[in-house]
Amino acid sequence: MDYLLESIRAAIELIFAFDQDIQRVVWTSLYTSFCAIALSATLAVPVGVALGLTQFRGRRIVITLLNTLMALPTVVVGLVLFGLFSRQGPLGNLGLLFTPIAMIAGQVVLATPIISNYVLAAVEGCDSRIINTALTLGATPLQANIQLIKEIRFGVMAAIIAGFGRVIGEVGVAMMLGGNIRNSTRTMTTAIALETSKGEFAFGLALGIVLLSVALFVNLFLNLLQQR
Amino acid sequence: MKSILTLIMAASLSVAFTLPALATEHLRLATTTSTENSGLLSVLLPPFEQTNNCQIDVIAVGTGKAIKLGESGDVDVVMVHARSKEDKFIADGYGVDRRDVMYNDFVVLGPVSDPAGVKQTTDIASAMATIAQHHATFVSRGDDSGTHSREKQLWRAAHVTPDGDWYLEAGRGMGEVIIMAGERKGYTLSDRGTYLAFSGKTELKIVSQGDSQLFNPYGVIMVNPLKHPHVKDELAKRFLNFLVSDQAKALITGYRRNGEQLFYVQ
Repeated sequence: MDYLLESIRAAIELIFAFDQDIQRVVWTSLYTSFCAIALSATLAVPVGVALGLTQFRGRRIVITLLNTLMALPTVVVGLVLFGLFSRQGPLGNLGLLFTPIAMIAGQVVLATPIISNYVLAAVEGCDSRIINTALTLGATPLQANIQLIKEIRFGVMAAIIAGFGRVIGEVGVAMMLGGNIRNSTRTMTTAIALETSKGEFAFGLALGIVLLSVALFVNLFLNLLQQR
Repeated sequence: MKSILTLIMAASLSVAFTLPALATEHLRLATTTSTENSGLLSVLLPPFEQTNNCQIDVIAVGTGKAIKLGESGDVDVVMVHARSKEDKFIADGYGVDRRDVMYNDFVVLGPVSDPAGVKQTTDIASAMATIAQHHATFVSRGDDSGTHSREKQLWRAAHVTPDGDWYLEAGRGMGEVIIMAGERKGYTLSDRGTYLAFSGKTELKIVSQGDSQLFNPYGVIMVNPLKHPHVKDELAKRFLNFLVSDQAKALITGYRRNGEQLFYVQ
């Protein structure tokens, strides 16, 4: 019991002390996750909509593949991209390993299947006559598609929130591709892993509480956007 | 749609904010978890970073992985503690200019009750042999780290092949292994620095120490710029010189944890 109480006290102290290291760690987590989700959404929303609206041979196979990719273990993504970004790998010249960009790339790979799947489900769940109605009312195909996305905006938002949850809470990609470098690629999750390895369990758990609070605020913010 | 745009804007803004941070020169140092966990680097590195206006990116992994990162050219400098692996790293042409930085020693930890009677032994070979004879729980790092390779050497010296349900290969960092051995009331091999840092968190005590085979030197090696042209050899060389300078020596020998000195210099 003492251990848990101590962690909660340490968490509150950490949040209100505005410790520089903690701020930096929270910031790194937030901006890598936001960049990853922004990139991933621009990629995944069109994919989800296209899959939801079109019929073609092998469509079910593509969907099954996407569903499977949702279960991608983070360390596997980390391993594959490590091989790509390492100096000996095909993209080695760019020197991207152990930088935030490498982490963002890994997170995009993790989030894209989730967002496409959620958007696909939203498109399949909505009335498919929207497009035709919009077209008969004189909308261009692009306008018709935008109308559809407006209609399923709650689904799209749910997709983004789910993707965000996946990337901000994961540790495999951040650790393998970021390297847990202080003031550079140390995120909330890798900091928790580090504190745990140092035996600072209370401090690690306190960071966990900070992470949850940050996630709570981000979700409140997204919620606000959604209601507008 | 608007919200997505807001997200993209927020993301690009944050990238813009982080760009200036890339202006200072970065030196990549792969080192072991025991070095990082000891806390020494946080007093040793800042003076060098300030005088040279650079940032040292520390990547803390096991010795095996640290050397791999050097071989693939993903770091500029490695600081590890496994002499045989270091020599091979240099012999294979991946590393140049090795320097002795500091040393400490390994200790065998065990429960206070000492079920295998390790405290009665006088040298490390018989200490390891008695643990194996009693089939007393022993937690091994099992992660190809410097400590792990030393542990395997010690088993060989004791003419024992550790095997059986008493021998647990954890595959984790030093601190985690000490905690695990404490929970399982078993024995383990640890560097003294990590043990001192963890002495308040475990009930394990030192049951064997002082044998010459437990000497643990740390070396620093620059990654060969002829193999990997992008290595920042000039800054790396300055860093190596700094690590063996009087200033660094004073910082290393002056570093205390729980009132005890963790590292020594030759």
